[in-house]
Amino acid sequence: MDYFIQQLINGLSLGAIYGLIAIGYTMVYGIIGMINFAHGEIYMIGSFVALITFLAIGALGITWVPLALLIMLLASMLFTSVYGWTVERIAYRPLRSSPRLAPLISAIGMSIFLQNYIQILQGARSKPLQPILPGNLTLMDGAVSVSYVRLATIIITLVLMIGFTTLINRTSLGRAQRACEQDKKMAGLLGVNVDRVISLTFVMGAALAAVAGMMVLLIYGVIDFYIGFLAGVKSFTAAVLGGVGSLPGAMLGGVVIGLIEAFWSGYVGSEWKDVATFSILVLVLIFRPTGLLGRPEIEKV
Amino acid sequence: MTTPSHAQSHPHYHINGKRPGVGPGVNWAATIKDAGLAAFVALLLTVPLVGLRTVDRPTGLGIEARPEEVIASIVLVFFGRLGLGLIRQGMALPVLILALVCAGVGLVLPMPTQVLRLVLVLGGGVIALRAAMTVATGRSKLSQADRDKRMDRIAAKVQHASRYIGPVAVVFAAILPMTPLADRMLLDIGILLLTYIMLGWGLNIVVGLAGLLDLGYVAFYAVGAYSYALLAHYFGLSFWVCLPLAGLLAACSGVLLGFPVLRLRGDYFAIVTLGFGEIIRIILVNWYQFTGGPNGISGIPRPSFFGIADFSRTPAEGMAAFHELFGLEFSPLHRIVFLYYLILALALVVNLFTLRVRKLPLGRAWEALREDDIACASLGINRTNMKLAAFAIAAMFGGFAGSFFATRQGFISPESFTFIESAIILAIVVLGGMGSQIGVVVATLLVIGLPEAFRELADYRMLAFGAGMVVIMLWRPRGLLAHRDPTILLHGGKTPAATGAAK
Repeated sequence: MDYFIQQLINGLSLGAIYGLIAIGYTMVYGIIGMINFAHGEIYMIGSFVALITFLAIGALGITWVPLALLIMLLASMLFTSVYGWTVERIAYRPLRSSPRLAPLISAIGMSIFLQNYIQILQGARSKPLQPILPGNLTLMDGAVSVSYVRLATIIITLVLMIGFTTLINRTSLGRAQRACEQDKKMAGLLGVNVDRVISLTFVMGAALAAVAGMMVLLIYGVIDFYIGFLAGVKSFTAAVLGGVGSLPGAMLGGVVIGLIEAFWSGYVGSEWKDVATFSILVLVLIFRPTGLLGRPEIEKV
Repeated sequence: MTTPSHAQSHPHYHINGKRPGVGPGVNWAATIKDAGLAAFVALLLTVPLVGLRTVDRPTGLGIEARPEEVIASIVLVFFGRLGLGLIRQGMALPVLILALVCAGVGLVLPMPTQVLRLVLVLGGGVIALRAAMTVATGRSKLSQADRDKRMDRIAAKVQHASRYIGPVAVVFAAILPMTPLADRMLLDIGILLLTYIMLGWGLNIVVGLAGLLDLGYVAFYAVGAYSYALLAHYFGLSFWVCLPLAGLLAACSGVLLGFPVLRLRGDYFAIVTLGFGEIIRIILVNWYQFTGGPNGISGIPRPSFFGIADFSRTPAEGMAAFHELFGLEFSPLHRIVFLYYLILALALVVNLFTLRVRKLPLGRAWEALREDDIACASLGINRTNMKLAAFAIAAMFGGFAGSFFATRQGFISPESFTFIESAIILAIVVLGGMGSQIGVVVATLLVIGLPEAFRELADYRMLAFGAGMVVIMLWRPRGLLAHRDPTILLHGGKTPAATGAAK
């Protein structure tokens, strides 16, 4: 039972990270109908920005941990969203009315570019970081221990999700975003600046991915330029599992994938956990292509 | 000449049409503001990742500042954007002169730092090129449609010329090893190019003809390679027995994987094939008792001369030596030349198959499926079987290529079958123009040949590869040679131009 709860918490924190990345996929797919293949790389960049910010503020002499974490969070969200914006502006916007394959190929090219860009600039070796937030919370008479980092991940994700849902449901930006998702042309005719809304969608997705990147850095303490690919594919799986286009679905999908991975590693063995994830993806797509919370797509001639 | 408009800060809104009533002249304020904004974005992009580098120190991870590179990129972006803005407003000639002066100064005069020289030469060169194009054509910017039309004409010419170019290219490829040019390196590059051409043609059946986006094609390549390697390893079978077996096994795996996923459409299908590709790779890594795991399989036997003769100096029992059989001087090059012809023949088989099948009901059904899925179903075409056939046949060709790869390398490991390989093959097909056979060849020369020629720039190869994919897609979203005449026309055919290029 202790072991079960331990894995449950590990799975939840991992799932929170996948969910944060999955939101970027799901929003972009919802609004322009393309798989943003470079999104995993955006998450990797977020992770690197967080690492560099930490080293930089360490060099400046800021050692109070909460302040350092806050600066890391804000810096990685800011700089990563600029990357998200630029990627959309350069590689996707000119292709918006092109055949479906063109943006996908462009995105794959962008993903290869960003990976090698980081590899050349920051080196190919993995980057270790000493624990910034050490310590555990022990539960159930010491049988279960939860590191503060994992706890913080879950809490921050919850806060972000609440804020984000409010943003989408209550604000005018959210309304414009949902309008563009339903019908871009009509939204444009009614005075919504569609280009701006799409740009902001990428910015928001990148900011959330940056948070995920920073959390991964804090939890595992080591990153390299290649982490984006696998995390990206798994998060896309999460988005599909939840139902592409649905925000709560992305989060739910992320949590489900995270739990499956944690329990599979805990009870079966960690070598095959990726096979488990991909098999889930295949099974979901075959038996329920609209995902858990998705709406069915109507085929029109 | 386009006229300036008030929308300079959003150049993408700038329609290439003429706006009556707005006179010529340069809107300096807006242009500089636009360039300044671009420079600001460049600042945000470069400060954390270019300006600050992580370095390994004995005490742990350290950090190092590189302000000069940040400043260089900002300057580059600012003046680049400014130059583009001015070119668009009819100032191409002055910009051309200025840019050339910059590049010249950078080349000739001594500079305090290398970075400054790079900025001057690179920035000046690119802007000068752009300005020169504008001056030469007398137009500031071709619209997407104009550019497409122009490229379509070129593509159509190439397609028509391919009737002559094709055989010439084949003859050239066939006599290449006999020319004095052919050394070990050239032949190796030729084999590499032909392997990718074959894979591209194979994938073209699925992507170009049947219109299914397969992101996991490398899985079949892996199945073919491992089939041969394992059959040779465990049962001691020879290459010529294994080649058809490998194709068969790959085709079976294609049917096996294809059957559940072919109901899916578009992007979902793409992602599931990607998932399958990864599953196969992970199985190869993790099932180490059988496949050798990450260490791979080494000592894969080399092919013999159709089972008659061996290419080594001292052949094994019961085998003749190739050089003795033909009374030649022994040369290690013989094996390479043989491999070269082998892959050439295999690639041509794929090409011939595709050319023929497009005239058969099967190929016609594929092309119809690509154009309209639902209409096909209404016409009574069994969609699943058709797609499954495309998947299986392409997988079979992938399997052939895979076992060729295994016998050529003599060593395989899961490292060779990562997603990036799938992406490269798909890039070849899409960049060349889906469904275009000659496009695959052109794209292979670009995608594989160019990086191979610049091998010394090893670190920057993949960077340029990724950037190149983006640039080609932006420049020509339908692929370089995307023009396709419809395979059949109603009433024996009006001119293809009248019916328009098939989408």
